[in-house]
Amino acid sequence: MKSLFASHSPLSAPDVQLDALHKLELIPFSERVKNAGLEEIKPLPISIIQVNLGKMCNQTCKHCHVDAGPDRKEIMSRETMEQCLTVLRNSNAQTVDLTGGAPEMNPHFRWFVEELSALKKHIIVRCNLTIILANKKYHDLPEFFKEHQVEVVSSLPHFTALRTDRQRGEGVFSKSIEALQKLNAVGYGIDGSGLLLNLVYNPTGAILPSDQKGLESEFKQRLKAEFNIDFNALFSITNMPISRYLEFLIESGNLESYMEKLVDAFNPMAVQNVMCRNTISVGWDGTLYDCDFNQMLDLPVNTAKANIRDFDEHALGFRSILVDDHCYGCTAGAGSSCGGEIA
Amino acid sequence: METYYDPKDLKNFSKIGEFGQELADKFFDYYGNVFKDSALSAREKSLIALAVAHAVQCPYCIDAYTSDTLEKGYTEEQLMEAVHVTTAIRGGASLVHSVQMMKQAKKLMM
Ligand code: SF4
Ligand code: SF4
Repeated sequence: MKSLFASHSPLSAPDVQLDALHKLELIPFSERVKNAGLEEIKPLPISIIQVNLGKMCNQTCKHCHVDAGPDRKEIMSRETMEQCLTVLRNSNAQTVDLTGGAPEMNPHFRWFVEELSALKKHIIVRCNLTIILANKKYHDLPEFFKEHQVEVVSSLPHFTALRTDRQRGEGVFSKSIEALQKLNAVGYGIDGSGLLLNLVYNPTGAILPSDQKGLESEFKQRLKAEFNIDFNALFSITNMPISRYLEFLIESGNLESYMEKLVDAFNPMAVQNVMCRNTISVGWDGTLYDCDFNQMLDLPVNTAKANIRDFDEHALGFRSILVDDHCYGCTAGAGSSCGGEIA
Repeated sequence: METYYDPKDLKNFSKIGEFGQELADKFFDYYGNVFKDSALSAREKSLIALAVAHAVQCPYCIDAYTSDTLEKGYTEEQLMEAVHVTTAIRGGASLVHSVQMMKQAKKLMM
């Protein structure tokens, strides 16, 4: 499977994606927030800096909001990483969330993690699991993560091969299981080890995720019984109606009903905790965004200078966050963020 | 094309109070309570609802509980097994009456 970008799909253009949502003539997200008697979404002090190390990935998942894949060559340069480090050195943000693509494929990945570790930041790596087995040079990633006390967050959309492979590609489930066992073997996900291994569930289809706790206990029971796998927590995440997931919604005739579901499930409680409030997202080229989704929609932060080299924490604190109809994905039901439910 | 069942009509279910608010409120209140986690989990109740939806052949309920059971993490295989339970009971309910037919036939015939 190719990325939308490599297959020259019109949907690879962010404005085409937003147009597809606008054509549905939903109540605009900002109006829905206002109707619920809430103020517009405002930034809190930045506690997480999420850095996208590039769109390159060894997988081409059907729902990928990054439109990542082996055919994407955009990756963060060492110079931009150095600018991130300068910012982080002077910032109160304690957590650095590394994402991609497969962040480990960036040739400067290990160096960057070592530098972040020296800054005593809490490091999260969004590891797609299969990368650990993809090439000999990645086989020791579990030990490397352990050395730097990295929190590993990994997608596993289901505890059955059928549903996982339908979303993430043929054979991904069995490789993911093997990778999880390797992470367990060095202590990840094991009680008392202090090494966090969290899984991400996101639905394989045009459905919303249900109760995170219920799914977590089902996953724990099944993964333990069938594969002797342990993990800490399950983050239940709603699929955002952008990029390749949007393509799936359009092609399967589910776009309208999916968006209606999101709008109907709008939860004012979730609005308070959307992740753009305490997170800044850095794109592979250093551009700053309110969140990873706005990054993929090419909506940089609304400040005079929107690049990591001109990072101005004070100005960012007064910015207005750019919301649009994709934001309904963050506020449906129990809400959704990179850390799962928010309400 | 006009049809008897329009998937969009399901959204209007909550508006049935227009023709009788009190009973509608009581029903939705009851419905909400029935599906709460209790001696049976909300997850188990959802699968029962899917099976019953097939017994009463309600297309609205089938759509709603197909989504709901999938959202609650059931597999397609589990959904189908639930429908086979419906079918077994429905089929069995017909078939078990054959004992009556047999009894009557045996009585009538030499
Ligand atoms: S969802 Fe993750 S693993 Fe899958 S293609 Fe996108 S970045 Fe890669
Ligand atoms: S999509 Fe981004 S900007 Fe919109 S609510 Fe979610 S986190 Fe905030």
